[in-house]
Amino acid sequence: MLSALFAVSMAAPFLFTWIGRRVFYVLAAVLGVAFGWVLVYGDPAQDRTETLEWIPQLGVELAFRMDALGYAMSLLITGVGAAVMLYCARYFPAREPAAGPFSAQLFAFAAAMLGLVLSDDVVMLFIFWELTTILSFLLIGYSAHRVFARRSAIQALIVTTLGGLAMLIGLLWIGELAGTYRISEMIDQAGALSGPAVDSAMALILVGALSKSALVPFHFWLPAAMAAPTPVSAYLHAAAMVKAGIYLVARFAEGFHDTTLWLPIVLSLGLLTMLVGAYRALRQTDIKLVLAYGTVSQLGFLVMVNGLGTQDAALAGVSMLLAHGLFKAALFMIVGIIDHKAGTRDLRVLSGIGRSQRWLVGIAVVVAASMAGLPPLFGFVAKEIVFESIYGYADVHGAAGWAVLAGVVLGSAITVAYSARFLWGAFADKRDEHGKTLPVTAFHGKPDVVFLAAPAGLAVLTVLLAIYPAPLQEIGEAFAADFAPVAEGIEPTYLALWHGWTPVLGLSVVSWVLGLAAFWLIGRTSDPQKAAPLMLDAERLYRNTIRTLDDFAGWLTAKTQRGSLAWYLFIIIAVATALPAGIIAFTEHTVPEHIILAEEPLQMVLGAVIISGGFGAIWAPKRFMAVLMVALCGWGIAGIFALQGAPDLALTLLLVESIILVVFVLALRSLPAGIWTQNPARFKLGRALLGAGFGVVMMVVAAIAMDSRVAEPVSVEYPWMAYDVGHGANIVNVTLVDIRVWDTFGEITVLAAAATGVASLIFVKRRDVVRKELHEVPTGSVGRVLSDQELSTRQMKEIRVARSFATVAREAWLVAGRTLAPEHRSIIFEVVTRLMFHAIILLSVYLLLAGHNTPGGGFAGGLLAGLAFVLRYLAGGRYELEAAIPFSAGAVMGWGLAIACFTGVLPLFLGGAAFQSFTVDFALPVFGEHHLVSSVLFDVGVYLVVIGLIVDVLRSLGSEIDVRSEQESRRSSNLGHGIHSQTSLGVAR
Amino acid sequence: MTVNLTLLTVMGVMFAVGIYLMLERSLTRVLLGTILLSNGANLLILMTAGRAGYAPLYRDGLEADEYLDPLPQALLLTAIVIAFAMVAFMLALIYRSWILARQDEVTDDEEDRRVAETVGAYDPEEDAEVPSEASEFIGEVDPNTGTLRTDDAAGPRPETEESVERGER
Repeated sequence: MLSALFAVSMAAPFLFTWIGRRVFYVLAAVLGVAFGWVLVYGDPAQDRTETLEWIPQLGVELAFRMDALGYAMSLLITGVGAAVMLYCARYFPAREPAAGPFSAQLFAFAAAMLGLVLSDDVVMLFIFWELTTILSFLLIGYSAHRVFARRSAIQALIVTTLGGLAMLIGLLWIGELAGTYRISEMIDQAGALSGPAVDSAMALILVGALSKSALVPFHFWLPAAMAAPTPVSAYLHAAAMVKAGIYLVARFAEGFHDTTLWLPIVLSLGLLTMLVGAYRALRQTDIKLVLAYGTVSQLGFLVMVNGLGTQDAALAGVSMLLAHGLFKAALFMIVGIIDHKAGTRDLRVLSGIGRSQRWLVGIAVVVAASMAGLPPLFGFVAKEIVFESIYGYADVHGAAGWAVLAGVVLGSAITVAYSARFLWGAFADKRDEHGKTLPVTAFHGKPDVVFLAAPAGLAVLTVLLAIYPAPLQEIGEAFAADFAPVAEGIEPTYLALWHGWTPVLGLSVVSWVLGLAAFWLIGRTSDPQKAAPLMLDAERLYRNTIRTLDDFAGWLTAKTQRGSLAWYLFIIIAVATALPAGIIAFTEHTVPEHIILAEEPLQMVLGAVIISGGFGAIWAPKRFMAVLMVALCGWGIAGIFALQGAPDLALTLLLVESIILVVFVLALRSLPAGIWTQNPARFKLGRALLGAGFGVVMMVVAAIAMDSRVAEPVSVEYPWMAYDVGHGANIVNVTLVDIRVWDTFGEITVLAAAATGVASLIFVKRRDVVRKELHEVPTGSVGRVLSDQELSTRQMKEIRVARSFATVAREAWLVAGRTLAPEHRSIIFEVVTRLMFHAIILLSVYLLLAGHNTPGGGFAGGLLAGLAFVLRYLAGGRYELEAAIPFSAGAVMGWGLAIACFTGVLPLFLGGAAFQSFTVDFALPVFGEHHLVSSVLFDVGVYLVVIGLIVDVLRSLGSEIDVRSEQESRRSSNLGHGIHSQTSLGVAR
Repeated sequence: MTVNLTLLTVMGVMFAVGIYLMLERSLTRVLLGTILLSNGANLLILMTAGRAGYAPLYRDGLEADEYLDPLPQALLLTAIVIAFAMVAFMLALIYRSWILARQDEVTDDEEDRRVAETVGAYDPEEDAEVPSEASEFIGEVDPNTGTLRTDDAAGPRPETEESVERGER
């Protein structure tokens, strides 16, 4: 049912574009059906539950339960919802485009609210709770072009979310204490739960409930929320959403009303809210605000009676809740009609409507009288038993109870006063300062039947339920049955117009008389705000708080986010150093027993080389010197790998370090040679200390960690697994391509992504630039910037010498060797490359294929092949690279990934698991018996990806930077000489 | 497990020097620092393999613990190649930064600097005084005649909204 409602809300905007505001009729009908469904499905005497698993790991379930309280709330939500939807169909202009999304939000709100009152799981409850908060935010901000609406929306959001978060903590806390997240089970166990933890959890839940229901000190958001369109005020901020807090109080009162903090909070804040709200309602000049503050007051009233936790109070609470929903929604609708037709809600301007709009006045008088608690209306019936329940409570509990009763009667009296003020303000004839009667406010057309139907329907219900309260008696009784009576042996009360001559009736009469007197004396002032200015304005307090918070955030940001990355890094590493150091200092450790200086003396020599390389990198003043020093470290570590017994690692690291060296030189050749540091000297010591500290901490941590290792390594199984299952003798290689193949597959994907990243950083637009065909490139053009005429004699001489070495009589050694400018050629290098290239490629293929059993494998093979391409590029320039590998690097990597993927997927079709390996045995006439392992095919994929990576890097950091720097220097030389005749020497891509 | 002092020291130095370089402003040095850090991490992983052993090439008759632990080696192999890809990427970044801004240094974030210099958090959207409104239909009521705009004449609404907006600010 709920999902159906949400689905309808999804569909609403589309429907709106189709049939315009008539969509509200459809929505009203749907809610009407939902109302009928609740009537039929629900049964106050019996709980209906439904449960679906959602997150079993966290014990969160989609648990729904409809008991008497949920039943009553559901009826209110769907019933008033249908009326509001009907009302919307007249309220909005026919072609208001924003009304489409509005209809969806309003409808989704109805669904979320229904979910809230029906969910039996606290997590579900919270989710629906926050959904209503967000929808309320959207609905208040409907007129997004007005600052006031925007600000009110944000204010409501912040206040209710703050409460919602407090409530979440409380709900989870009580859930942990009770060992269940089911609300019904929590309440069953409530008797066994006590202590400060439960008290605090309940107080937190109350914070959520009170903020949602706009109690002091959170009350200010509700009047501000009147910036919303009036249907929203009628539905969310009178009938439904603000009742969520009341609902929560009523729900938990059953089990937890006797916790220490519950009654003090509920009664004191409830009473305070009732009085403050009612008093302020008397002082408003906007009739909508009169109602808004009236709502605040009534919410305080409702929280008190629902939170009291006695049998009578429970019945009274539910009845009052429904009564308030009925009359307040209708009253808001009436305000909306007046605003819609007269264009103002200011009671100083409105005048004489009472005489022209008979029907409107009739409805208004009925519902306002219900608000004031006059017979024979349902408001009176409900208020009677509220008085009665509090009277009964006071009778048993003495002074505090009597004080509450007195406060409630006073509050009711003011309620009577502001009800009268509302009627007077909206409809009566008024006079200006000079005693002249104001002109009758003009209405733009009579409100038609549909417009009046919704408030009229609610008004009729108010009368009917007063005369015949039996159905509500049934619901309320079922709910109240779970509560204990205030004292043993007291008969439960019942809903009726006439209880006899009771003291309670007397209290009602007192409140009427007091209220009417108050209205007569002070309620008719046109400008009460001026007459008595406010002492304390909660909204101003809120805004100052937010402002201070903003200021603090700005200050903190300014202090911590200083904009220097190095500083952030410094802080991070300092924490990473200090934290483990602190832990080590405050825990006990033994000195490791097994310490060796080194495996063999050569290791120490290598260690010394690496360390000096490290310090050399710091000292080196030139960029390339520093790079060389770092490469030295790498080679040293490769040596250590070899000595330790890891030939694969040594081989791979050696290759990688060599390629890194070349790539570094290629990429940074356009940067100046010196590394000048701008770091002020005073930071030098700090950095050195931090570095040293981090190094030492890491050493200690590593030593402690290794010393405390007791478990067997997981890899003891690897040798036989590799040999018997993976069919390979090289355990590391089999680990990569078989045992832990998923890791490797992920890794080569990362490689492809990194290569693509490099290429896109350099090429920016597209990676596979179409270069000229080799035969189109003029001989000796690549790398030439200046024509010979521009050179000085000295340069000329140098170049002539260089060129004399670059002439060869016979055919070129490399295909593209001739394209290089003669001064850039090195014939010896070309010869060596020519001789070695094929041998290296062969070797790389050998490493790839033999890697399953001997050191090597896809990574090493691919790196070696890549190195061969590096050679070709360095010797013959960018056209040589193109000639050497005429494919796009992306395609090579793509094929590599495809092959790797293929070996993963293939076994699935043969009935195995993904990446399962199998062997194929075959005999070749000359080469003898062979058996191939399928995981070698995966290694081929790795091989291709690595080659693609290196070629991509070469093309970007090599070829493309060549082209750019040649263009750059040509441009600067052109500028320098002011001659533009060099175009014949264009740079060839 | 046995602690190898040489490896431990070399690792410590790699970390120390790497951090020192990484905290510099010169991008090249930051990159070199990163390489040295990854060297240090590689050594740390290597140490978890324990004492030196036979190369992990299967031979009959050898016990599993006589090989150098193959698992850290597999991890290292991937780490080395990934480190290469990362170095290439950072080089491309440095080159790009040089081409675009002639800058091979880590510069301060100007937005952060600007935030740091802002005083107070006054925002007219949040903090300005706004009069409360007595009708939702402001901007739809013609102030001269007092008549409501009909549904059909909703055309010129945007202008009125703007003027209301200006009036409120």
